[in-house]
Amino acid sequence: MSMIITAIVVLLGLALIFGAVLGFAAVRFKVDGDPIVDQINNLLPQTQCGQCGHPGCRPYAEGIANGEPINKCPPGGESTIQALADLLDVEALPLDAEHGEEKPRMVAYIREAECIGCTKCIQACPVDAILGAAKQMHTVIVDECTGCDLCVEPCPVDCIDMLPLPTTPQNWKWDFPLPSSALIATDANRGAA
Amino acid sequence: MTAASPIRIWDIPGGIHPQENKLQSLGHGIETPPLPRELIVPLQQHIGARAEPCVAVGDKVLKGQLIAEASGFVSCPLHAPTSGTVTAIGPAPYPHASGLEEWAIRIEADGEDRWCELDPISDFRALEPAALLDIIRASGISGLGGAGFPTAVKLKARPEQKIHTLIVNGTECEPYITADDSAMRYRAEQIVSGIEVLMHILRPEQVLIGIEDNKPEAIEAMRAAVGERPMQVVVFPTKYPSGGEKQLIQILTGKEVPSGGLPADLGMVCQNVGTLLAIHDAVVLGQPLIKRITTLTGDALSHPTNVEALIGTPIRELLTFAGLQPEKLYRLVMGGPMMGFTLQSMDAPIVKTTNCLLAGSKAELPPPPPAQPCIRCGLCAEACPASLLPQQLHFFALGKDYDQLKRQNLFDCIECGACSYVCPSSIPLVQYYRAAKSEIRALDLQQHKADHSRQRFEHRQERLQREAEQKERDRIARAEKAARLKAAKEAEAAKQADSDAAVPAADAPAPKAGGLTPEQKQLKIAAATAQMALKKAQKQLTANPDNADLQAQIPQLEQAAREAQEAFDKAQGEVSNQPAAPAPQAAGEDDAKKLKIEAAMLRAALKKAERAAGDNPSDQQQAEIAKLREQAEAAEARVPATAAAKKPVDETLKQAKLDLAMARAATRKTERALAESPDDADLQAQLATQQQALSAAEKALHEAENSSPIPPPERQRVDKKPVDEQLRELKTNLATTKADFKRAERELKDATEAGGDTAAAERELATRRAALDVAAKAFADYMASKETN
Repeated sequence: MSMIITAIVVLLGLALIFGAVLGFAAVRFKVDGDPIVDQINNLLPQTQCGQCGHPGCRPYAEGIANGEPINKCPPGGESTIQALADLLDVEALPLDAEHGEEKPRMVAYIREAECIGCTKCIQACPVDAILGAAKQMHTVIVDECTGCDLCVEPCPVDCIDMLPLPTTPQNWKWDFPLPSSALIATDANRGAA
Repeated sequence: MTAASPIRIWDIPGGIHPQENKLQSLGHGIETPPLPRELIVPLQQHIGARAEPCVAVGDKVLKGQLIAEASGFVSCPLHAPTSGTVTAIGPAPYPHASGLEEWAIRIEADGEDRWCELDPISDFRALEPAALLDIIRASGISGLGGAGFPTAVKLKARPEQKIHTLIVNGTECEPYITADDSAMRYRAEQIVSGIEVLMHILRPEQVLIGIEDNKPEAIEAMRAAVGERPMQVVVFPTKYPSGGEKQLIQILTGKEVPSGGLPADLGMVCQNVGTLLAIHDAVVLGQPLIKRITTLTGDALSHPTNVEALIGTPIRELLTFAGLQPEKLYRLVMGGPMMGFTLQSMDAPIVKTTNCLLAGSKAELPPPPPAQPCIRCGLCAEACPASLLPQQLHFFALGKDYDQLKRQNLFDCIECGACSYVCPSSIPLVQYYRAAKSEIRALDLQQHKADHSRQRFEHRQERLQREAEQKERDRIARAEKAARLKAAKEAEAAKQADSDAAVPAADAPAPKAGGLTPEQKQLKIAAATAQMALKKAQKQLTANPDNADLQAQIPQLEQAAREAQEAFDKAQGEVSNQPAAPAPQAAGEDDAKKLKIEAAMLRAALKKAERAAGDNPSDQQQAEIAKLREQAEAAEARVPATAAAKKPVDETLKQAKLDLAMARAATRKTERALAESPDDADLQAQLATQQQALSAAEKALHEAENSSPIPPPERQRVDKKPVDEQLRELKTNLATTKADFKRAERELKDATEAGGDTAAAERELATRRAALDVAAKAFADYMASKETN
């Protein structure tokens, strides 16, 4: 009988000690985990274009954290969906065509001769990438433009074009070699079969 | 001596031994091609920021003149390769794997090839290292070995790290290329001079010149040039890619540059022999970097050679000089066959990094055979000089798993091509790595840009919120202010309506609004409002006679209206009395003025009439003049009277003032004299009389002021010495005794003149004198005690 009591007392003592150690460790080594919304927001392309139906990338990140589908971001495209799927451990879905399609990176361009200086595009730009003042010609700072095309619609004289970002020797990329399967005649239809 | 103490050399992992093909281009020394007609100087010939043009189209430039400035710390200036005219600044053909154009300055040569003024340094040892670095930077020198990193930046990459080893790279391991070999053969002295400049800048403990053993002539030339200098020419077996910076360091020192690090982290700096030649030219000759030694080789050239070509020379002209056979040309490569890239156009110029142009025939540079699947043979891993796992990198690159590629140290790959060279399946491995690297760089850039955009977006949101809040605050503040004003007005109105009374407004004749003060106006408005409210209520009551509320309101309103009206009437009465007082005075002055003006006008009219009448006035004119004269005289007669009355010069007042001032001055004088000799009875008596006179004068002045029509000036009485009671008593006492003494004196005198008994008078005088003495002493004592206080 005394053995049993001893065993219980010892186990209780151990439980108390370990509990205290764990409790201390939980307080002392508390890790402020990067909140999931911030992690999702970091993966989004930050164009702030609103094509997902949210007023900016962070609201969409909050939406995703609350269970919204991850395939509503056309500027991010396939790679963003993949990254989100990896982060949230969900299945990668194809891009929802309802919200637009993936396009190459664009920049806004103001045809300056036609600009009347109404400042409407300046107010629309989510990243302050348009420079100008009332009755003065406006222009786009290419390096700051995210290509969200939010400035196109408010322009009363339709002088804003969305142009693809020009390729220069500085941003040119080497191509991956052609897949070898296409080089062998008998392999040509293997993917389809 | 250096040859006598050979230092130990190490080996690098991997490496290959491709066919060298160096002999073809070594037969003619270093040749100078003809001056091209037009040169194209691209603005980006180095790693870093694009240079900023500082000339305009149409400018005449001289050889060596600065044409583009460095636009950042990691950047390089550009100089005109020959004298001529700037014909264009804009996109131009550019030697790049993409075949894209790049901004460039086009210069049409004038054929004179005239130098601008140069500034050679005869003794560079007299200069500070920083000054020499500035010369190197200003001369536009970037690494001529192939990467093109700005040399001045590289020399100071780790300013805090002491450089103990300077390594000179004369390896030139890549097949076909012989530019460095030629430089060492024919320009050894200049290269050694360049090394000495760097030694002066860096002060290294040892200088190692690494040369592969397949260049015996270059080794001999360099050894001869080095002589007894503290440099060591180190010869090691030929193996590709020994010439890579990190590989050469490993061969010469046995140390590995850490992943992602720089040689400077180990206290070493590695420079290509071509760069040292350029440093010599820049410092000793004062010539900026405008030319370089380039190998022209390949089976498509009938005259393969090395040339010292001006930077910006179109490739086509150089190849023509080397005897290009276009029908043989299959592929044109800039750089070597292992690490170079295919050029898509011969219009592009050579740049600072162009060490070789390889015009290969189809047999020489055959199209790569189709790639076969990887058989996991592992030859690539054996060949890799950086000890990477090319197979793994290949598979991750195929799957575009960029995180894994980074983890496998893809960025330590020097793209030497040894893995592709040994691959039995002919997989273009390097192309995968290059593509993956540029993709990762682009993604990093995109991520960086996304972060930047997010920051801007957040800042904008913050700003908008701040503005909205400010607007809201302003609005609230305005609303509060308006409410306060309204409340104050209502409170005032209510107060007046309450405290003052009102007889029905109709009873009081309303005075003109023009003559009302603001207070009166307010009162009037209050009265009118009260009246209005009353009338309204009465009207409503006639409409709904049963409304009890209204019935109750009416008497209240009646009361309020009555009070308001009363208050107004009262204020009206007060005000109408007030301004009445000053009016007559003002009227008097105004009248005088008016009269004067009238008189002057009449006089003027009279003069005019007289002039108009001339010498022979008609009767009518005479009558008129007479009338005018009469009027003017009458007017003038009235004026002086008022004018005289206007100036009340009060003689009595003036006199009183003068008297007072004089009396005061005399008293002061006596007081001062008395202070010097307090026992002087005469003075004391004088003082007493003077004080009496002074008080009399003061009194007279007051009377004069009171009786004078001129208002007394507003004076502030300053009592500098408040007179205390004791002093006054003593003074009075002194004065009375003095007066008694004087009387006694006079009596004695009278008695003496009368010839009567003077004894009593004399006794009296003595007593008086004693009393006076006592009083004077008491006064003097008091004054003395006061002064000591």
